[in-house]
Amino acid sequence: MTWEPVIGLEIHVQLKTRTKMFCRCPVGFGAGENTQTCPVCLGFPGALPVVNRAAVEWTILLGLALGCEIPGQAVFSRKNYFYPDLPKGYQISQYDLPFCMNGSMLLPTAECDRVIGIFRAHLEEDAAKTVHVGGRTGRIGGADVSLVDYNRGGTPLVEIVTAPDIRSADEAKRFLQLLRQTIVELGISDAEMEKGTLRVDANVSVRPEGSDELRTRTEIKNMNSFNFIARGIEAEVERQIRVWESGGEVRQETYDFDAASGTLTARRAKEEADDYRYFPEPDLVPVEPPAELVERLRSELPELPATRIRRIEAELDLERATVLVTGGLDRLWEETVGSGADAVTAANVIANTVVGAGVDPGVVSPRELARLVEGRDRIPRAAFDEAIGKLGEPGFSADSYLAQEAVSDTAELEPIVDAILAANPGQVAAYRNGKEGLLGFFVGQVMKETQGQANARVVSELVRSKLSG
Amino acid sequence: MPPIVDTLRLTAEEALALVERREVSPAELHAAYLEAIGTRNGELHAYLRTVETVEGASIPIALKDVISTKGVETTAGSKILEGYVPVFDATVAARCKAAGLTLLGKTNTDEFAMGSSTENSAWGPSRNPWDPALVPGGSGGGTAAAVSAGLAPWGLGSDTGGSIKQPSALCGNVGLRPTYGTVSRYGVVAFASSLDQVGPVAKTVRDVALLYSIIAGRDPHDSTTVELPEPVRLPDAERLDGLRIAVPRQIALLDAIEPGVRAAFERALELARELGAEVGECDLPVSYRYGMPCYYLIAPAEASSNLARYDGVRYGPRTEAETYHEMVERTRDEGFGAEPKRRIMLGTYALSAGYYDAFYGQAQKVRTLLIREHREALANVDVIATPTSPTVAFPIGDKAADPLAMYACDLLTIPSCLAGLPGLSIPCGLSEALPVGLQLLGPQFGENTVFRVGHALEQAIGFDTVPERLRAGSAPWGQTSEETP
Repeated sequence: MTWEPVIGLEIHVQLKTRTKMFCRCPVGFGAGENTQTCPVCLGFPGALPVVNRAAVEWTILLGLALGCEIPGQAVFSRKNYFYPDLPKGYQISQYDLPFCMNGSMLLPTAECDRVIGIFRAHLEEDAAKTVHVGGRTGRIGGADVSLVDYNRGGTPLVEIVTAPDIRSADEAKRFLQLLRQTIVELGISDAEMEKGTLRVDANVSVRPEGSDELRTRTEIKNMNSFNFIARGIEAEVERQIRVWESGGEVRQETYDFDAASGTLTARRAKEEADDYRYFPEPDLVPVEPPAELVERLRSELPELPATRIRRIEAELDLERATVLVTGGLDRLWEETVGSGADAVTAANVIANTVVGAGVDPGVVSPRELARLVEGRDRIPRAAFDEAIGKLGEPGFSADSYLAQEAVSDTAELEPIVDAILAANPGQVAAYRNGKEGLLGFFVGQVMKETQGQANARVVSELVRSKLSG
Repeated sequence: MPPIVDTLRLTAEEALALVERREVSPAELHAAYLEAIGTRNGELHAYLRTVETVEGASIPIALKDVISTKGVETTAGSKILEGYVPVFDATVAARCKAAGLTLLGKTNTDEFAMGSSTENSAWGPSRNPWDPALVPGGSGGGTAAAVSAGLAPWGLGSDTGGSIKQPSALCGNVGLRPTYGTVSRYGVVAFASSLDQVGPVAKTVRDVALLYSIIAGRDPHDSTTVELPEPVRLPDAERLDGLRIAVPRQIALLDAIEPGVRAAFERALELARELGAEVGECDLPVSYRYGMPCYYLIAPAEASSNLARYDGVRYGPRTEAETYHEMVERTRDEGFGAEPKRRIMLGTYALSAGYYDAFYGQAQKVRTLLIREHREALANVDVIATPTSPTVAFPIGDKAADPLAMYACDLLTIPSCLAGLPGLSIPCGLSEALPVGLQLLGPQFGENTVFRVGHALEQAIGFDTVPERLRAGSAPWGQTSEETP
């Protein structure tokens, strides 16, 4: 039997507002423990929350980017549970009336636009940070001491819940890359998984392909990179398939993914389902976003990444378009092409060489880059690489690099090519047996021998003609 | 040397005038009250702690111990907040300070304002100045006893289901529970957020109106507050011509109302007619039938959540244990008294999955009906009048073992609290030699109207707010003791 994964994601995004969700404490990293706190975010008796207007507007902005409806009334609710990182004994979140509902995001694929439903996006406050010291588990149960830093507590947090529309680990990863880029471009969050400003939990189940049933799902937590998310989901999908195929039953559990070993560990099963006793937060009044505000925010939406992928794809291909857009490189690419560079070459140079050289694409002059791209075949490889490395410097000019000329004289290059071919008989035989990908190897060797001074295109033609001769 | 002022008789308005005319300094006034506290607080236990330093340029004030006071311990009558010293002032405390008022001390309260007698205070009950064997009412019994016994010219209480009005009635004071949203709750230890309101307690309606004008108005720290639609007017009219007063028809059928209370209430209505008011009837069937059960679902539900923060992690006493959850359990078990525990359990149950719709959800719907019912009743009249408490002050220990009997004390105050409406209690006479309270309910933001009616009736009733047993040696201001009736 063929099995189909059914995946839904819960994504938490910390907003980079100036102040916290319900008080005026600054949001940010790096300050000393418990210095960015006040009676409100420490949950002192009598302290009351006041809604951060910027956080509300940004949540609506994100909702609009995800094609959500913005209901006329949103309500904050209390989610009640005890934990040391939760100073009030409840988290102010949203329950039945979130800011954003019923949206979707398009994920361009070779065949179609996959539509990933967005159930909701709501606004809440982040918990504080706990460090469990001692013990073996790193969890509160086995710790000798638990320390709490309330600086993070109360940071605005948007939770996005997708429909179970994702069908593979790779699709989950691509969806998240696109979502992350959307968030970053809205300017509302850095959305960095390493820093925890973007956090993802995955709900995973499998079913026989072609069926539309929803089987018991499990939740995977603690995956702190897109690759780990893909690996975690992959591992869980395989595990569930094994369980079903061996006649077992998947149980509703929560797993932690350990990136080092690639394994999943089940958390201790709870005796009964959580009951958070949600009820409307009586310290806040319902928020009614005015229609004018929603329309203003809608008009401020930039062209979304998914749309741009489709547009750029026409000049490139889906793969390159996706890399450019999700890497935040497509604007530089467009301007470089606009300055006369070849579309595909420019895409390759930007996605590989520019990014590889660690140059900030935001400060590159598209005109100079276009000149380099166009002159690439005429100038020594070493000069090209050096020029790319300096693209980010203020006032950079391609002139001095373009003035250099690569060795294109076949008479000069032929002996070198011959020597390389003679020194690598095994590779020559393999090439002749059909491994044409080795062409690059030979060109590389010649470039190394000439210290980057040879014209790569001329070398390449020379090698090919020699080997086919 | 005779005392500089007679704190038993001195109203806040008179005290303000003395300070303004520089006849008495703020420090002398403060000292006079501290002396009175020294004399009588041992018996009454109105104050949990007093403050010696005088910072303000005006008169003193007593604050209920649920109001955060920067640098002064604030326990809300609970062991779980023993030793907790706020780092910030509640907005109402800050506004009093800004008006020059000086904190005299923190007054006793039922634990987390849960109760109607102050017997639920972890620090022991307060006693009624009219008869120390009796309760002063609650939860704000401390403030009420203090004002009544001349231990403060005025004070602030907090009212969730009657905690200002009921003790005011039982101690013979004037007390206002303001319109929900007109006074900031910021820094006030929360019991039930959608019901809690801070309000003044004093000897006269004018004093109450004056203190209300000091504390009321929008606070950027409390999203549920609004600006007053019109300024507070100190009442001075003595007639009530053209005013329409309605008595809920259902009052007649409530057996819980003592005959003596009913008689004093009827006399007050008669006086209102004599002053020119038109006294009629209105209908509040949902209020008296479902108000209590509705309140005892909503208030405990919110309380169960509001009291979750007392976990021993950040402030207050902690009972050490092996694990976090054990530590929280033991801290809360030892820190909370029986009444908060009872309400936490009631509230947790009412909010639980599978019960929410039947209990909390249903109660919210009833509350909506109750709000509508009050709005309709007040559409054609200016104020609604009822007795404040069905009984006069009762003996300490009488109801302590019977929570339902205790809850019934608030039968008449609860419905308007659920409706968010202002209610003023003024003393309207004696029954069994104990004060009886008259409750005047107005529409939303109708404080000026209830002040006006309350003031006119207060003048006509001529109630002596000084407890009879304390009158010896205390003459009405400007009179000799021989002339005291």
